[in-house]
Amino acid sequence: MGSFKNQACIVGIGQTKYSRGPGTGKTDLSLQLEASIAALDDAGLQRSDIDGVLPFVCLGIAEEFAVHLGIEDLRYQSTSHLGGAAPGASLANAAMAVTAGLADTILIPGGWYGFSGRRVREVVVADTTVMSGGPTARDFYFPFGLTAPPQWFSFIARRHMHEYGTKSEQLGAIAVAQRKHAQLNPHALTRGKELTLEKYLSSAVISDPYRLFDCSLEADGAAAFIVTTAERARDLKQKPIYVMSVTQGQPYPADDLVTRDDVFQLGLTSAAPRAFAMAGVTHDDIDFAQIYDPFTFQVLQQIEELGFCKRGEGGAFVEGGRIELGGKLPVNTHGGLLSEAHVLGMNHFVEAVRQLRGEAGERQVQDAEIGLVTGFGDFGDGSIAILRR
Amino acid sequence: MSEQSYAKPLPLMRGSTKEFYDHCKNGELRFQRCTDCGKWRHVPREMCAKCGSWNWEWARSSGRGEVFTWTVVQRAMHPAFPGDVPYAPAIIQMQEGVRLVSWVADCPPEELKMGMPVEVIFERVTDEVTLPKFKRAAKR
Repeated sequence: MGSFKNQACIVGIGQTKYSRGPGTGKTDLSLQLEASIAALDDAGLQRSDIDGVLPFVCLGIAEEFAVHLGIEDLRYQSTSHLGGAAPGASLANAAMAVTAGLADTILIPGGWYGFSGRRVREVVVADTTVMSGGPTARDFYFPFGLTAPPQWFSFIARRHMHEYGTKSEQLGAIAVAQRKHAQLNPHALTRGKELTLEKYLSSAVISDPYRLFDCSLEADGAAAFIVTTAERARDLKQKPIYVMSVTQGQPYPADDLVTRDDVFQLGLTSAAPRAFAMAGVTHDDIDFAQIYDPFTFQVLQQIEELGFCKRGEGGAFVEGGRIELGGKLPVNTHGGLLSEAHVLGMNHFVEAVRQLRGEAGERQVQDAEIGLVTGFGDFGDGSIAILRR
Repeated sequence: MSEQSYAKPLPLMRGSTKEFYDHCKNGELRFQRCTDCGKWRHVPREMCAKCGSWNWEWARSSGRGEVFTWTVVQRAMHPAFPGDVPYAPAIIQMQEGVRLVSWVADCPPEELKMGMPVEVIFERVTDEVTLPKFKRAAKR
């Protein structure tokens, strides 16, 4: 297998303020441009240094970014259609493109008014083209009132509970762990709002077995990061963060959640072994994992499919502080989509880079050297990046 | 309920999706079945992913299946469903091996059970669209 191991680096990260409020009346594009400028400043680069843009599906097109940023020679553009797995999939595209010489410096933006604008929960019904399974959902799910992600993912959680005895308290352990991390993160929307297991268990049921605190935090916000070659990265302002590997995968069939022979299969099921092989590392080498977390159970399920434990053992794995700071595998050290903000998993990359640079402040994972970031999109598409300092 | 007041989402009635729902309108649950290798499939597809054949038929289902899993919606996420909460979209595993999303119409959410036997019924929701739903069945 060909490899771009350690040949591409993330050299800049940027974000807007994350918020849940009345909004500003600006566009999703404007929010993403703000994050992009912040990423350029962080990297010590000029707008004109960017020659590739990889926009998020349905949240802007490359030409719009180019015309606003003054990129007169846009050499490369591409959009991944893997929903929440797109940040990782776009990182793979960027790593390939800079390694192959198609572009030198690539911007990956993502963000939205997911609270004050169209709510995240309404996105698929409003526009079935945003995801591969959109037509399947429109014709065979929506008529039965299955219109939003907490509904269709919760029945996979119920089946897991049935087959493996996974408990609500174990989903709660994930919500509580991530909320603890958010208390140490000045960007987190839930800072100052602590969560106990008791409070979790008494919260309103949204779509059983999912309660309020199983669900991610719809938010306004954007983030961006910048990728270039390892060679160029050495001369830039920040300590480069190397892409050891990044892969993607899809469950089968990807466009229908219910007819799979193996209902627990994710894109990550096949992508993760490929990523570990390309990086040449084992699970014990991973210092933290930023796991795309639309809902608590999808964290548990990805921990299993990543191979940190066997399928069915995820419930026990997440208990006892193992996924908390100071535990064996700190997960979503920023609070994640559940407790920082739902910024499409772009915030997971921002946090991974902060951790590997040693800039995570109170929530710093000691001596963090190698970290992992997953993406999860549509009906279980997956991406995984293994990064090192 | 009159046609005009039906506010819930409807399938886009064209191609094989329309054919699927047209069979429901005629009181028949039919799925695609490959006429070369015999593999049943749902949702509708153009060709058989197992054997590669383009040949298929709308084969009549037994209408019998069992509850594979479900969710209980307590907070509707679409403006047409608040009047239905709590409601329980369920995945039904059909005897033919395919699965589909539906409701067990005669069963309150708290009485649903994994593996519960069900059989198809039909609910006409508009002049054009009839949805396949299910009711509790005796164990066979």
